[in-house]
Amino acid sequence: MIEVLTTGAANSIQDLGRNGRFDIGVSRSGAMDRLSLMIGNALLGNDLNAAGLEIAIFPFRLRFDQPTRFAVTGAEGDVTLGGRPLPPRWAASAAEGETLVIAPPEKGARVYITFAGGIEIEPVLGSRATDLKSGYGGLEGRGLRRGDRLTVAAMPPMRAFGAALDPFAMLDFANPLPVRAVPAAEFSVFSADARKLFSRWSWRVTPEADRMGYRLEGPELKLERRLELMSHGILPGTIQVPPSGKPIIQLADANTCGGYPKIATIIEADLWIVGQAGPESRFLFTEVTPDEANAALRRQRLEIDALARTVAVARSLAG
Amino acid sequence: MREPITISFSGGSALLLQSNSSRFDDQFQKRIWSLASDLTSAPGFIETVPGMNNILALFDPEQIAPEEARRELTDRWAKAQPLPRRGKTVEIPVVYGGQNGEDFKPWSRHCGLAPLEAAQRHAAGTYQVAAIGAMPGFPYLSGLDPALAIARRSTPRLAVPVGSVIVGGAQAAVMPQTSPSGWHIIGHTKIALFDPHRDEPSTLAPGDIVRFTIEDVWL
Repeated sequence: MIEVLTTGAANSIQDLGRNGRFDIGVSRSGAMDRLSLMIGNALLGNDLNAAGLEIAIFPFRLRFDQPTRFAVTGAEGDVTLGGRPLPPRWAASAAEGETLVIAPPEKGARVYITFAGGIEIEPVLGSRATDLKSGYGGLEGRGLRRGDRLTVAAMPPMRAFGAALDPFAMLDFANPLPVRAVPAAEFSVFSADARKLFSRWSWRVTPEADRMGYRLEGPELKLERRLELMSHGILPGTIQVPPSGKPIIQLADANTCGGYPKIATIIEADLWIVGQAGPESRFLFTEVTPDEANAALRRQRLEIDALARTVAVARSLAG
Repeated sequence: MREPITISFSGGSALLLQSNSSRFDDQFQKRIWSLASDLTSAPGFIETVPGMNNILALFDPEQIAPEEARRELTDRWAKAQPLPRRGKTVEIPVVYGGQNGEDFKPWSRHCGLAPLEAAQRHAAGTYQVAAIGAMPGFPYLSGLDPALAIARRSTPRLAVPVGSVIVGGAQAAVMPQTSPSGWHIIGHTKIALFDPHRDEPSTLAPGDIVRFTIEDVWL
């Protein structure tokens, strides 16, 4: 077992989310930065979909009641185990009674803690992810509270090691973050100016940014003509433009249907960047084709597979 | 008599097929249901989200290339015949007005009807579930008497309680969970529309018939 000592209610249990029930209004949920959750799971030899903790409110503290293998990935900052610092993207063993402390990150917005074997909790609708909006999955559909005790596997100690895969190396939060997007259904109905601004402006993330979506600040994106759209399915990454002209990125816990015009859809391979961008971060959008979107995702999966293979070899060598 | 449609990509692995009209059409929706059912066995397609006169089709780009998926969707739509689906009938008892139906009186005034008459007309209708979506179990119902339509509130409420019987534009619905909504609350029901722990979590499915019955009216 592990026990949560310090947390905020926006911290929650997440895996890669729910699929297959969009047709009855069930959101995908799951980690906002799926890439970091997968790296954390790969480091431990887990199924990539194993449930871990998504930490967005800091400081976060937990105590291990048993020897446990875990990894900390995602946003970078001060992480200590029993007072000893841990490097970023690092897997280690905790002894019984040790405390893991995660300070507010210096780079990125969300930290992931994964555990060998994953957090043991009943899946709901095929996933252990917490849907905070609809109130199911994870721990009774709610965020973590002080005193929560979670079941994870007890494991003998192992030698600590880190991931060679470092997606954060390319992220410079001092400058606009490059994010690729495929033009969406109403793209051509936006004015020529709006279409240009979309990929030239550096869009600022407002404080209205959570697991449901991010509101962006920038110039007003105008339509060439008025549109009355009927409700239609939308996916995480959809960039809607409501009548205010200010874009909204729909994310993990977003509604599955919407009615606002859509200018573009952020590609799956870059959604993790959005998940790591807090308020005041800026995005620079680049338009890509569906083929480019899929090639980027394929490359990311190959990198994760390679990491998982390296970990398997390293563990067999370590005996 | 083929209505014009638009097919566009939603990212790298999904296609949105939508009617170019902004008015809901029952026959068009029956073709959407037919296409959704056809796509369940189409190679490479993994999931569909039928909406209001549109459908989002998710595919696996490792199995089918995006442009090939677009061609496949176009072809299958051309062949889709209206599916005369009539699902189960679900009765929803409603307490109109009162504390849990705070827009009931302003809504009936807007419709130029006495409150009791407005409730009776709402309950007299035969509604059909066109699609489920937005939030878990939320039914988009067609069949609202046009005299009962009312534009959405200019400012949405941050929390419309679960069980609220609501009207927005030409559509009727019931809230399956407490959520923000700009629709008008005309009454309340105790019927649960969604339970993630049931074998079939959503009480309603596309094609189902909904009838509202009057449990009580607060005048």
